[in-house]
Amino acid sequence: MLRFDALQAIYPELEHRIVVTIMGAVAAELYTIGHRPNFFYLEHAMGLASSMGLGIALSMPQHKVIVLDGDGSLLMNLGTLSTMARYKPGNLVHIVFDNESLLSVGGFPTATATGTDLAGIARASGAPSVMEADTLESLTRGVREALVGDTLTTIVSKVEAIGPKTFHMDLPLLENRFQFKRALEAMKQQNTEHL
Amino acid sequence: MPVSITSSRLIYDALKACDIKIMSALPETWLVHLIRMADEDPDMTLVRLAKEEEGIGISAGAHLAGVNSALLMQNHGFLAAINPIVSLAFLYNIPLLMLISYRGHFGEKDPWQTQGGAMTEPILHAMNIPTWHLNSAADIQRRIKDAQTLALASLHPVAALLHRELMWED
Repeated sequence: MLRFDALQAIYPELEHRIVVTIMGAVAAELYTIGHRPNFFYLEHAMGLASSMGLGIALSMPQHKVIVLDGDGSLLMNLGTLSTMARYKPGNLVHIVFDNESLLSVGGFPTATATGTDLAGIARASGAPSVMEADTLESLTRGVREALVGDTLTTIVSKVEAIGPKTFHMDLPLLENRFQFKRALEAMKQQNTEHL
Repeated sequence: MPVSITSSRLIYDALKACDIKIMSALPETWLVHLIRMADEDPDMTLVRLAKEEEGIGISAGAHLAGVNSALLMQNHGFLAAINPIVSLAFLYNIPLLMLISYRGHFGEKDPWQTQGGAMTEPILHAMNIPTWHLNSAADIQRRIKDAQTLALASLHPVAALLHRELMWED
């Protein structure tokens, strides 16, 4: 499965949700498919996209938050799996694209290439719902189920180590940051109006 | 354990007066009462971390979601969190209210704390993080409020160093 195809397949589910991505290929590909003000691309601080997602999920319990993570990033902050599992916010969906590679920096293999099992680590950390989704159909189904459910869900998807030709995004970091904060404010506002 | 309950209560009340709703923490001796107070407060979300780095991400997320947060850490935890402070908080103009227990400074008996104690202020200074010293009960409320005000106005991390005189009753 190509990550680009995977992102395209789940894009309709992402479009109106709070989304936090890691840097590099994931950010560039999602941006290419279609940027939204409710998407935040964490262009550094590897490993912390899931911690940011946790902070948002705890702050906005009425809204679903989707984190698009990668094996290289997650391996830099494995403790996040135990912290997320500890608080289990039911509005958080943690998708990990595992291409077994640090693709954006030369394609060197990560430890998942030699047997480290991220889904297994998530399960052993106490994550309540962990699935492996290696086809477009199973990934889309998994994301949909997670979004209608109320359980912290971790989805690990093996993808090919193929990325975009360029990581360039015509979006300054701070523009993304302020736009995203306003988008979250508006989502909260809308939610209050509906109540 | 001669950690000051009185000072811990004053600090906790000051954080409540700042409308702090999420507090991330990694236990250390001087912070035990503060963490317990957060844990017992139904209006506070206490996030117990595996490592301080995570706290920078959690506070960044909370800020973007419009919620005030604070980070409780030992100075060695601050040292562990330097990269995300630089490459998340500085990079994205994220305010952080960091309460840092100032171990390893004058009066420290634990040898293992002393190197970090000697590094803390020079590194805060080198990082251009505005720093308040909390060493007297009378200053607590005003200084914590002022620290938060500056963090939110400058969209930048600030530090409040919790000193031995305040936290430890020998």
